[in-house]
Amino acid sequence: MSTAAAAHDDHHHHAPTGLKRWLFSTNHKDIGTLYLWFSFIMFLVGGLLAMVIRTELLEPGMQFVDPEFFNQMTTVHGLAMVFGAVMPGFVGFANWMIPLMIGAPDMALPRMNNWSFWILPFAFLILLSSVFMSAFGAGHPSAPNFGWTFYAPLSTEYGPASTDLFILSVHMMGISSIMGAINVIVTVFNLRAPGMTLMKMPLFVWTWLITAFLLIAVMPVLAGAVTMMLTDRHFGTSFFSAAGGGDPVLFQHVFWFFGHPEVYIMILPAFGIVSSIIPTFARKQLFGYASMVYATASIALLSFVVWAHHMFTVGMPLAGTLFFMYMTMLISVPTGVKVFNWVATMWRGSMTFELPMKWAIAFVILFTCGGLSGLMLAITPVDFQYHDTYFVVAHFHYVLVTGAVFSMFAAAYYWLPKWSGVMPNKLLGELHFWSSLLSVNLLFFPMHFVGLAGMPRRYADYALQFADYNFWISIGGFWFGLSQLFFLAVCLLCAMKKGEKAAARPWDGAEGLEWEVPSPAPFHTFETPPVVK
Amino acid sequence: MSHDSLEHRNKRTLRKLLIWALAMFGFAFAMVPFYDVICDITGLNGKTSSTASTEGPARTVEDRTVTVEFITQRGQGVNGDFMSATRRVKVHPGEITLVNFYASNPKTSEIVTQSIPSVTPGEAARYLHKTQCFCFDQQTLGAGERKEMPMIFYLDPELPEHITTLTLSYTIFDVTDRVAANNDTVMNNNTVAK
Repeated sequence: MSTAAAAHDDHHHHAPTGLKRWLFSTNHKDIGTLYLWFSFIMFLVGGLLAMVIRTELLEPGMQFVDPEFFNQMTTVHGLAMVFGAVMPGFVGFANWMIPLMIGAPDMALPRMNNWSFWILPFAFLILLSSVFMSAFGAGHPSAPNFGWTFYAPLSTEYGPASTDLFILSVHMMGISSIMGAINVIVTVFNLRAPGMTLMKMPLFVWTWLITAFLLIAVMPVLAGAVTMMLTDRHFGTSFFSAAGGGDPVLFQHVFWFFGHPEVYIMILPAFGIVSSIIPTFARKQLFGYASMVYATASIALLSFVVWAHHMFTVGMPLAGTLFFMYMTMLISVPTGVKVFNWVATMWRGSMTFELPMKWAIAFVILFTCGGLSGLMLAITPVDFQYHDTYFVVAHFHYVLVTGAVFSMFAAAYYWLPKWSGVMPNKLLGELHFWSSLLSVNLLFFPMHFVGLAGMPRRYADYALQFADYNFWISIGGFWFGLSQLFFLAVCLLCAMKKGEKAAARPWDGAEGLEWEVPSPAPFHTFETPPVVK
Repeated sequence: MSHDSLEHRNKRTLRKLLIWALAMFGFAFAMVPFYDVICDITGLNGKTSSTASTEGPARTVEDRTVTVEFITQRGQGVNGDFMSATRRVKVHPGEITLVNFYASNPKTSEIVTQSIPSVTPGEAARYLHKTQCFCFDQQTLGAGERKEMPMIFYLDPELPEHITTLTLSYTIFDVTDRVAANNDTVMNNNTVAK
């Protein structure tokens, strides 16, 4: 295994060009860029699938696709967004920024870094190819159609043949994530510049360090769950088969033991990004740095003891219900600390509203909305009413789209000058922001109402009284989807170096080592570690 | 210093983390027996004991009556009848009761079935003792056969006071293919052993 230092020796003398540069890259910046483009492409692919869903739901009754295909769309949309867009997106930011932020020359295990990225496109090629399987005579349904949560026995006994492709691709995604997480931990532990103590690290590094520990703890559990599925399907075991003495409910416990920490894997790095951006544009130190670190760690620890709140309606003893309800509500305390700290950072700051700040403020407000509906869902009797309705869909899209995805837009606008050397196009950026902000609320806010009124999720049709709301939700969906083309244009312009030249420190309130290096960041940085006072 | 080089430290951290990841993979499988233990204690999945109770009831509580309801369901691939002779019985805790179940096989070939019990509320599961049950073993139904399958049970006198009704549900599964596959494995293993 070559380390950062060894890899650098290789690189000094010949820098491969063209396709080879990207295929064989061990440079954290190149790999970060690959991750980010991959994530953005998967975001567009997943979005396209969501457009199929919203097209079908434009009007009541069956219009464009049959229910079987609709179910495949909801499943693959969820998988592409969770494992393809959000998780690799954050790994991309980690690759680019963590070495720059802690004064390291590269990630600690560059060769493994290359591998963990290049597994991903193949994993998704396998998963997405399953959508087209039936065109080649593989039977119906073509792609997995059991929802991204792949509950047994729907996925084990009733799943399509392509479920095995799904299992293989989940294994690959898991291996990729675990390797990425290991790399982050080794880098943060061993490659910090002299003087960069743990409690001096930028919050983005802290949140990623904790996320990496979560990944190593739960991605193997997901791998275990899909392995059990595989042996149940083909090797005669009965982990989840009642007929053979197993229990389908066990699947839900194993899955959500992974699934709930997974939720925080997708949001903790977002907390770190917002905690970097808000102080910059409020021109104040982050309020309560230490409490932010402890809050993040508390959220991560609590995430292991709340999983059964996804399964209240499955049934459990009263004591269990109460335990999971109170533990879930307890998470709102450290989360509340964070929101308070962001607001307190802005309080009496000299605020300006450049693009990253706009996204970050939208994140704080809209993520808090998503958190509040989460608190409602934590209340067991209320959950019995809301379970598997559009209220739940509204909840997790507020925390994942206006939460995780908005934070990634904020981060992209914030660090694009550092990556590309040019400022992101202001006009396109403003259009992207306002257009996304309005459309995303038109898309997801009415889902609360139809959910409360009882519209179930994952159906290709709905009762007539939901027609008006669904029409507008679909319009919001198309509008939000098209708004992302502005962002594509922003990214392409930056990639082509078209735009105002960026200074090394393009935001005058910005602090941190990443702004000490020129823009665009040179291929190799911090080969002699900086000294942190 | 040279001994504890960066490369060594990186490898050491890598090794620890890899071991941790492998341990968590093992943990996923450890959850299976752990879940069974939790279910036994709490009745989480409502499963009753899969072996016959050898001791009879300690006493009969004459002044308490509990309603026991029976539900039958057919799992995937079963298209014959499956029902209980009665929908509900009123029993005193400690009273031994027999209920007959019926299953039929309209197919032209023999099938092997396995019935899986589940009790609601789950906490009552461990107070329901069976001295005989068709669910303890796989039941073979010949082509066109209709079979009477008795189940003898009693409720534990210690059944918590607040439980006045409990529902015993059986789902019948066709396990013919599963049994055939297992037999193949056994035969292959025997061949190897020879």
